Amino acid sequence: MSASTLRIALVGNPNCGKTALFNLLTGGRQKVANYAGVTVERKEGRFTAPSGRVLQILDLPGAYSFDASSPDEQITRDVCAGNYPGEVAPDLIVCVADATNLRLHLRFVLEVKRLGRPVVLALNMMDTARSRGIVIDVPELSRRLGLPVVETVAVKRGGARALIERVDGEVPPAAPAQPDDAASRTDLHAQVRELLAATVTMPRATAALDDALDRWTLHPVFGLAILAVVMFLVFQAVYAAGKPMSDLIGGGFAWLGGHVAALMPAGPLQSLVVDGLFGGIGTVLGFLPVILVLFFFILTLEESGYLPRAAFLLDRLMLSVGLTGRSFIPLLSSFACAIPGIMGTRSIQDPRDRLATILIAPLMTCSARLPVYALLIGAFIPVRYVFGVFNLQGVVLFSLYLAGILGAMLVGWVMKHLRRDKSEHALLMELPSYRLPKARDVAIGLYERGMVFLKRLTGVILGLTVLMWFLSTFPGAPEGATQPAIDYSFAGYIGRGLQYIFAPIGFNWQISLALIPAFAARETAVAALATVYLVGGEAEGLGQALVGQIPLASALSLLVWFAYAPQCMSTLAIIKRETDSWRNVAISFGYMFVMAYTASFIVYQVTRALT
Amino acid sequence: MRLSELPKGAPAVVDRVDDAHASDPIAQRLRDLGFVDGEPVRVVAVGPMGGDPLLIQIGFTRFALRRAEAARVSVRAEAAA
Repeated sequence: MSASTLRIALVGNPNCGKTALFNLLTGGRQKVANYAGVTVERKEGRFTAPSGRVLQILDLPGAYSFDASSPDEQITRDVCAGNYPGEVAPDLIVCVADATNLRLHLRFVLEVKRLGRPVVLALNMMDTARSRGIVIDVPELSRRLGLPVVETVAVKRGGARALIERVDGEVPPAAPAQPDDAASRTDLHAQVRELLAATVTMPRATAALDDALDRWTLHPVFGLAILAVVMFLVFQAVYAAGKPMSDLIGGGFAWLGGHVAALMPAGPLQSLVVDGLFGGIGTVLGFLPVILVLFFFILTLEESGYLPRAAFLLDRLMLSVGLTGRSFIPLLSSFACAIPGIMGTRSIQDPRDRLATILIAPLMTCSARLPVYALLIGAFIPVRYVFGVFNLQGVVLFSLYLAGILGAMLVGWVMKHLRRDKSEHALLMELPSYRLPKARDVAIGLYERGMVFLKRLTGVILGLTVLMWFLSTFPGAPEGATQPAIDYSFAGYIGRGLQYIFAPIGFNWQISLALIPAFAARETAVAALATVYLVGGEAEGLGQALVGQIPLASALSLLVWFAYAPQCMSTLAIIKRETDSWRNVAISFGYMFVMAYTASFIVYQVTRALT
Repeated sequence: MRLSELPKGAPAVVDRVDDAHASDPIAQRLRDLGFVDGEPVRVVAVGPMGGDPLLIQIGFTRFALRRAEAARVSVRAEAAA
């Protein structure tokens, strides 16, 4: 028996510290994937017990009940019951319960026990329970439950020793399976009360610290002020730490590409390596620092218990446009970059609310749009003062951000009225105790997010970047060409073709052409415009060239286009990855195209009529 | 009285959860989370906009419930319990 593998499934209520326990047991040796066909994360780790036996541990999604109300809970139920297709039934279920929250968690323990499988109960956070004066008669609890019970402290080194010893020993016998019906469900609560009365002494129902903190963080005025300060600090950090690192990586790859170019003969291969490969990798890796910095804060806020508080404060506002309070943080992250925003929607359990958030997230003005805005505003909008204090350029920039937010609210509202499923979706959100985030848990979470981005997206984005390079390079300019090479390329042809579509919104063929590489990354639109207008990349020179070449109406139209347009392909790739559906990619692309086109059309025609 | 009508801080006890419509999953979930006869509840805080959602203390746990969700829970004053 000692050489064989034992399959263990970790289950428990959300916020029971199950994932921290999983991290403690397996360290970094985890495999993260998705369950087939759904976007629920499957986390598995391995661990060798002192006896030499290999323990294969599956961290199942947190669940309140087997009467599942989300895909997460369905998977947990089906895997535990041994009837999830493609998953082998676990040899042993380790049910994790928060020792400070047993009224809620013991009910689920009883539900797990009824499955009739071998179960060990891990009473987690025993240190917090003791410091709060909670006394649990563990032997009596074990006797009454008919299950082995061990104490764990997931946030302490060696805090899982008792659990490891227990699971490394004999697998406990399974309790007889019991049917699941409405009457027996009510009965579970009575059993929990009996258990609590007989085995647990609790001086007070809540932690004094939680009461004190919540009085401030949930206060109608101070709560919102604290939230604003927290968000302000997050964004300062993104721009102070993430952005410069991104620029450094982009610059580094350009420099590296330049050196490689010197080693190669000029020609298509050199161009592929330098512009396609190095440029592409630079773009992909350039996203990474911003994503990591944002996720550092998201994970820290989540671990500390603050994130659900923020959702509580903003739920009403978000609900009015068909979202949930939980949508707020992902949407806010999207102001830096839509990719971490969309990845962050995993904290929204309800699939309908999650999809709505994913579809709206790209409308938030991300940082990659700023170079385009800066170029066009600098060139076309005069420095004039409105009401004596507001710089007109600033007013325009602010309006573009506002346009994104108002557009998102409109889309949310329209989706709310269009969707077939008009049923009420509950908030029903637990506000867990405040906890000090553990560096290890945050680090493992960051590593996972970073790897998801690099592994799943690098291939797609790199492929598309090379395709963009191909379109803008071939066929090459003929002998004695007077125009820039890109004019003669496929992109040039496509740009000329597109100008018929884009003429009603005021885009000439040069702008239409620049939109093609901008699809790889928005900021490249500036470089593309510089290329077609034959200026040497200097933003100032380009600005002046543009003023001479395109009317104000077209410039404003282009600004509005960038506020709504379905761009960058990295965002579309992450939507595919996070929703596992091309249909959602098509919907995102389609609605944003229509929205951008309509808004630009109005702006172009109105401006032209006025000037 | 409905939980959604309970003044902030007033101690009360759950009577039952009523289905808003036939086989109401939200009502069932509330029962699973511990909103069952005899369980003490209290409104701890209310949201800054329109007094929605409500923060409910039940057992040792705090749940944020929208008013429409809390309206499914029938409560009585603690003295009556």
